[in-house]
Amino acid sequence: MNQRAQQHTTNRRDFLLRLLKGGIFIGAACSLSYWLYDAAGPGVVREVKDLVTLPDFSLPSLKGKMSIVTGGDRTEAIRRALDTMGGIETFIKKGDRVLLKVNAAFATPPILSATTNPQLVAEVAHLCYKAGASSVVVTDNPINDPASCFALTGIEEAATSAGAKVLVPKESFFQPTTVSAGVLIQNWPILWEPFQKINKVIGMAPVKDHHRSGASMIMKNWYGLLGGRRNIFHQDINTIITELAMMVKPTLVILDGTTAMMTNGPTGGSLSDLKQTNTMIVSTDQVAADAFGATLLGKTVADLLYIPRAESAGLGTADYEALSPVRVNVS
Amino acid sequence: MELLWTLPLQNSEDSNLYGAHCAPRLASHLMRIVTVRRITQVFFLLLFIWFCVVTTIGVAWWQLRGWPVNWLLQLDPLVAVATMLSTQSLYWGLLWALVTVVLTIILGRFFCSWVCPFGTIHHFIGYLARRGKSVSARIALNKFHPAQHIKYYLLIFLLTAAAGSLLSNLLRVVPEKPVLFSAVVIFSLLGLAMLSLLRVIPDPKKALVTLLFLIGLWLGLGLLVPAAGLVAASLQTGLLDPIPLVHRSINLTLLPLAERISTSQRYYFGSWFIGAVFLTALLLNLRVPRFYCRFLCPLGALFGVLGAFSLWRIGAAESSTECSQCHLCDTDCEGACQPAENIRISECILCMNCMDSCPHNLVGYRTTTSEAGEIALPDLSRRVFLTSLVSGTVAIPIVRLEGLVGPNWQPSVIRPPGALAEPEFLGRCLKCGQCMRICPTNIIHPASLDSGLEGLWSPVLNFRIGTSGCQLNCIACSHICPTAAIRPISLDEKLGKGQFAQAGPIRMGTAFVDRGRCLPWAMDRPCIVCEENCPVSPKAIFTREYFSTVRGGAYRVLNIAGETLELGGPDLPQGQLATGDYYVMTTHGEKKHRWRIAQNTSTSVTVAASESLHAAPELESYISIQVKLQRPYVDPKLCIGCGICEHECPVSGKRAIRVTAENETRSPERSLLVRRS
Repeated sequence: MNQRAQQHTTNRRDFLLRLLKGGIFIGAACSLSYWLYDAAGPGVVREVKDLVTLPDFSLPSLKGKMSIVTGGDRTEAIRRALDTMGGIETFIKKGDRVLLKVNAAFATPPILSATTNPQLVAEVAHLCYKAGASSVVVTDNPINDPASCFALTGIEEAATSAGAKVLVPKESFFQPTTVSAGVLIQNWPILWEPFQKINKVIGMAPVKDHHRSGASMIMKNWYGLLGGRRNIFHQDINTIITELAMMVKPTLVILDGTTAMMTNGPTGGSLSDLKQTNTMIVSTDQVAADAFGATLLGKTVADLLYIPRAESAGLGTADYEALSPVRVNVS
Repeated sequence: MELLWTLPLQNSEDSNLYGAHCAPRLASHLMRIVTVRRITQVFFLLLFIWFCVVTTIGVAWWQLRGWPVNWLLQLDPLVAVATMLSTQSLYWGLLWALVTVVLTIILGRFFCSWVCPFGTIHHFIGYLARRGKSVSARIALNKFHPAQHIKYYLLIFLLTAAAGSLLSNLLRVVPEKPVLFSAVVIFSLLGLAMLSLLRVIPDPKKALVTLLFLIGLWLGLGLLVPAAGLVAASLQTGLLDPIPLVHRSINLTLLPLAERISTSQRYYFGSWFIGAVFLTALLLNLRVPRFYCRFLCPLGALFGVLGAFSLWRIGAAESSTECSQCHLCDTDCEGACQPAENIRISECILCMNCMDSCPHNLVGYRTTTSEAGEIALPDLSRRVFLTSLVSGTVAIPIVRLEGLVGPNWQPSVIRPPGALAEPEFLGRCLKCGQCMRICPTNIIHPASLDSGLEGLWSPVLNFRIGTSGCQLNCIACSHICPTAAIRPISLDEKLGKGQFAQAGPIRMGTAFVDRGRCLPWAMDRPCIVCEENCPVSPKAIFTREYFSTVRGGAYRVLNIAGETLELGGPDLPQGQLATGDYYVMTTHGEKKHRWRIAQNTSTSVTVAASESLHAAPELESYISIQVKLQRPYVDPKLCIGCGICEHECPVSGKRAIRVTAENETRSPERSLLVRRS
């Protein structure tokens, strides 16, 4: 009873206090609703990340250079090939930051030649450093489990031992790009992070049979820069390879035809799929390199539709003889 | 260590050595026993987490470098005992359990509060939960509860289920070896008669009735129950065994949340359930400290039995008459074993808190029994004991009536390479999740109910999640499996090389093309990503060329100029026939000619220059626009079921090529092909 009486005496004050608290909450609720009010609901426009564009890494003064060295020793062959072009110093200057785009697509041992040869990677990285490169980065977005691919192909060990840094792709490495002259690569994620601060790019690929496109060499190897569910581009394989060549303008390409995968490509899986073709092709023209590589597989340019298409897109020449390639034998 | 043990003993025999006045001085120099225990607990918890973290393949310093990552599982005697029952063998690593068993027999149930990482987590949460509570409330929390017997019944249930193959062997004696059966019956009757005559058995009549009942049961079940697969060993201890449980929970729910300690984001299908069980077990500590350990843990129950007659035990000292019944020893008693009263040795987990909290230093860890009396073994009810035994016996046969181990096997249950045939697999798999953690491609996942209730959380392959299919050159899961449910295989065996060339590679299943979803089969679109990625040589996926007339693809030839045909009909898709996959086909009587289209507008096509129009279509004749398709086929003789094709298939929802378990090597009865010798 006593308490009740007390309550009576403080009633007004209590009520005003409660009114104040209630008012604050009502006010907060109203402002929050006003602030977050959305009359339209989500529209059709999706958030678009800023597009990135790969810069042109080619050296205009060195257009159309090509060297074809025959011999079974990759290290020897690549050295001689580069020597005929004035040494790697022609391409790599002091302080350059070089990216080697290898083919590490499959988690298979190097002896099966489904991936870029690790010795070759080590040698090129070594030569780059010798020419004064400040950093060499090796990367690819493989098809099989990325970590397993770099480990089993021997590329990781070889690159690391040569002082190069291997970048195994992560989700955060990808940024969308658009190839302006293309129709397929539109706002599509590419392996962007490794290209940060890079000013020279060397494409390195083995010569391989490829059922859908006819052959997988330098231009097809840029496929490994695509992210997302890139396999849908197999519906139009010649266009995507041409667009990839539009997307990447490398400083130099090294097409390793020492051992060519003649059958069961591009995975291979057996030594019987391979043939010693003992040829190393180094060029600043990726179309010419692939055009010559086709001959190692017993194919012609007409068999590989993406080559003439790349040529007509002005990406290089399919008539490699027109470049008067230097031919050397080191065996 | 020897010295460290002395302090709590100061009031027992050793008190003579030091004298009462020495004790406080010693205390300042020596570490308290509970501190030693805490350090040990933290050490084993960190070791356990470290083992979980490093169970990853890679070149980083924190990845697998020959660490004995299964060591705690191997120290777990429940794993050893249960697999001994289910397989009648002891897989090499499980010999470590012998160390634990011997130490338990000597020291008591030390594992629970000195080693077990799950126990340590409970211990810590329980400690947090009772902080700030009054002494009396804490004493009440740590009172012994009869429900602590549940864990023994669970243990009996789980072990009986694991002993199914032994029971099956026993039942098979009746129909298959009637002579042996009769001999056993006669000898047991004679034995009973002999023992009765020697008056060893007090009540021969009752014994005879029991014996006849058992013989009748054996005979009846032996004649009635079919031997085929229903009565079989099923290893279910891993569901509740704390070491597999905590491994599974950390591997599949906590570590995947820490993305930085893995090369890519790991996913585990159904991991929410594992996480929910883990979290529930942890939260129960808020209600009762060490709820899981006291009421549910079957490993704790096993230790309770093993350690009941341990050489050293906790107990009140000789001078227990001095005990003031203050019950302070109950304040932090982890096992709820009532150290102040008749201490329940099988519940005591040697946390040593009672020795620390007794104000009169009456509690010690000694070789003599407690002055205040003790209850060594749990006083189980015979009725519930038998119920658990019978339930464990019949549970598995009833579960197997689903037929999932028999004719109703689920094709979606694809086991890792090297997995034993399903019945043997279920008798060994701990559900510890080690294979799921080690798999570099993250394709091994805990099963839901696909492989039946017994197969819950056992490893199955999922080719949609993960970074690829099963990698050709990887045998990690078979080498980490602590119980050889996935037996250790060599790369040669997996790939069918060397001495295994005759047997061929290990097949996990077979890929099937879903022609209703496949782009070249159903939608006139070239693709063959599956063929391209098939890793075996020669490829198990091959293609057949097929020219398909595109929709509305008949056109009238209006004009021919060089290589260009002007066509009448619906508009052609501008430029889209120039991919190299489209052709113009003409028919001259029986003869068909095709020209590859090099360019097209909406009303004309230009064929490639190299393709001369030697058999050019006539004006006003009809031609067809065709697309050249390479349609994939699977050669079941070569397919190993690695799932790389399924992973890569661009039909990203339900894949157009999918692996199911048909033709898997481990089950010859699921063979797709006629086997020829």
